[in-house]
Amino acid sequence: MNRPPAVLDRAALDDFVAVLITDGYRVVGPTVRDSAIVLAELESADQLPAGWGVETAPGHYRLHRRGDAAVFGHSAGAQSWKQFLHPARRPLWSADGADFAPAVEEQVRYAFLGVRACDLAAIATLGRVLGGGAHPDGSFGRRGQGLLVIAAGCTEPGGVCFCASMGTGPAPGPGYDLSLTERIDESGHRFLVDVGSDEGARVLAKLEHHTATDPEIQDARAAVAAAAHQMGRQMPAGDIRTLLIESRESAHWQEVAGRCLTCGNCTMVCPTCFCTTTEDITDLTGDHAERWQRWASCFELDYSYMHGGSVRVSGASRYRQWITHKLSSWHDQFGTSGCVGCGRCIAWCPTGIDITAEVSYFAKERDDAAVEAGDDHADH
Amino acid sequence: MTVDLEPMLPAPYRVTERQVETHDSVTLRLDPVGAGLPPFRPGQFTMLYERGVGEVAISVSGDPSIGDGSLIHTIREVGAVSRALHNAMPGHIIGARGPFGTGWDLDTAVDHDLVVVAGGVGLAPLRPVLLGALARRDSYRRIVLIAGARSPGEFLFRDQLDRWIDTSDVQVVLTVDQPAEDWNGPVGFVTEPLRRLAVDPARTIAFICGPEPMMRFCANVLLAKGIQPTSIRVSLERNMKCGVGLCGHCQLGPLLLCRDGPVVDYAIAQPLLAVREL
Amino acid sequence: MPIIDELAGFAPFDRLTAAQRGAVADLARDVTVAAGTRLFEEGQEAEGCWLIRSGQIALETAVPGRGQVVVQTLGAGDVLGWSWLVPPHRWQFSAIANAAVAAVVLDTDRLKDLAEHDPVLGYPLALGLLEVVLGRLQSTRARLLDLYRGPNDR
Repeated sequence: MNRPPAVLDRAALDDFVAVLITDGYRVVGPTVRDSAIVLAELESADQLPAGWGVETAPGHYRLHRRGDAAVFGHSAGAQSWKQFLHPARRPLWSADGADFAPAVEEQVRYAFLGVRACDLAAIATLGRVLGGGAHPDGSFGRRGQGLLVIAAGCTEPGGVCFCASMGTGPAPGPGYDLSLTERIDESGHRFLVDVGSDEGARVLAKLEHHTATDPEIQDARAAVAAAAHQMGRQMPAGDIRTLLIESRESAHWQEVAGRCLTCGNCTMVCPTCFCTTTEDITDLTGDHAERWQRWASCFELDYSYMHGGSVRVSGASRYRQWITHKLSSWHDQFGTSGCVGCGRCIAWCPTGIDITAEVSYFAKERDDAAVEAGDDHADH
Repeated sequence: MTVDLEPMLPAPYRVTERQVETHDSVTLRLDPVGAGLPPFRPGQFTMLYERGVGEVAISVSGDPSIGDGSLIHTIREVGAVSRALHNAMPGHIIGARGPFGTGWDLDTAVDHDLVVVAGGVGLAPLRPVLLGALARRDSYRRIVLIAGARSPGEFLFRDQLDRWIDTSDVQVVLTVDQPAEDWNGPVGFVTEPLRRLAVDPARTIAFICGPEPMMRFCANVLLAKGIQPTSIRVSLERNMKCGVGLCGHCQLGPLLLCRDGPVVDYAIAQPLLAVREL
Repeated sequence: MPIIDELAGFAPFDRLTAAQRGAVADLARDVTVAAGTRLFEEGQEAEGCWLIRSGQIALETAVPGRGQVVVQTLGAGDVLGWSWLVPPHRWQFSAIANAAVAAVVLDTDRLKDLAEHDPVLGYPLALGLLEVVLGRLQSTRARLLDLYRGPNDR
């Protein structure tokens, strides 16, 4: 069914949030807190970070005041939407005697407001990991069922962004209910709205809007297309999956290890990192037991614990595990890359390690070795 | 067909028999309290839970042809969870999830010589191979078991091994690592009797389980005899938290061992095992 | 099977030419050893080299308080006894037949002469022997790793 794009003005955005709340959604969106833009539950559109922009670089994140009142004029913050779909800590089950009972979870319907293309791709990626296997995560599936996704087309990528070279943005891909592209110019402050689902159409119908004109559509599309050329950096082209397999024994891992603190920040801010661990607890009597699940990181020293010691002890091996899983093994395990090009790992690494630069290094190392081998053959 | 609604929820099982094997290993028979788990295949594993302590992945060590719903597991005491399971007495309730993982795939070894090489407690995941093959003896050609242990008192299933030594259905060689007193059998690493074994490389499937270096050394001996790496099957192990491909812990390179293992053919395993700290 | 052909199945003699194997076969003879027989004692002057066709031979030493301790067994296809080739030319362990053994035994005094006077035979023999000994060393190192030890074992 053909649903033509619409235009909402800035005031209608305030109504938008109110309508979602009235409809029973818990609206989650960006807001300013603690000198950063975080994702939190919103009670009104007033809480959106109007007029705030961010400056990102390796190991660097700062807010700054914009000259306009844009609400989506900022790139990804430290958090991603995964904390709502795949919570950092949740109960799995409880046991009394021989009775194991699954934990009862509050049924929540989230509305995610302002999901960038990279994060939209990340939600789909998490869906393949947690929902696409032989044993899907039921809790993740239930959270996804009631979810309303309002994407935001990116017109101002940040200094660490590289979604274009990962094929995930800046235009949001399929999977949204509505997608907003913010425009501020002499004509005013407005949003081009693309409709992606019946539920999205239903919500839009409750808001004051007009059908978008062709110039309005072109203007929005052009702004997003231009963003593809303003990326802060890019992932090298080519078969990165094979490159990292072939680079397993490179001396470069030691060099990265000299910079990597194995702090695990990258795994916490990454929107697709999904690893978890389990915690088993009992009450004082020991009759009642529970299992909880919480986020884990492959940088933890005992992540690979086995038989009295860990398999990956050195920082080099743990860094290699993280980047190789993200950019190489993920293809074998789940059929796509695990990286969506959001750049969070680069901004939030305390020492500013940049995965695009590390991949470039391995690509160059491989190319140099090939040239040398070619020279050797040429001499004969 | 059981529908898996909650892959992390254990099913209660009761310990009904406990057989001491060695100074640190026991074999438990577990029977379901309510509905049991689906039938397992040789090589698969169960996530066994001890109340309040935790969960650990243990390969099944019993006879797959007995379809009575029971689970047989041989548990070596190496940490908190395994110690609790090891000490569990008949009547004790534990939790079980599974079976998970790839199996030894005996069906594709029909009409071949089976060479089974076990190191230490690696004999436990391999016992279902022997039991399964002996239950359909005519489907297989020669069956050879070479089992290594630290010392003569450390062999699992010793009574059963002695019975097998007395039959002609399977050729059994037991060898010990440590210098031995009061032992008339072979003294040497498992690679030594393996090296002496004459094999027909085109008709042999090898099944190896034990500490990783032992599996590498044994695989090298078999490769030197002309056996193809795809005809060598090893059972690999890594830290497992979920067993169902959701927690990420059990990775070895591109493999998720709970899903792509634990049984892996050596053509796939060899390059991965060769990389330190992979 | 004639000894000259049997030699081709035993490292290191499989490295020799047929003519060379013929020369070695001339100083070889069949032997059977009853179970429980001591082939040689630790400390004795080393002579003799056994190519084991069947059975099992244990290498052992006396450890006060532990009795006779078997440090290695050899079986079909293995060659027992190389200390005659290198100083101090004395057996380092005792050898006893665990089970009845059928073997080919070589006159090592004549074998040593043969190898010293004919480097074309001596060299491959020595290389092949190195390979056998290296294999034993690797197995011994594997045993030293004590791989089957549990984390709580001493």
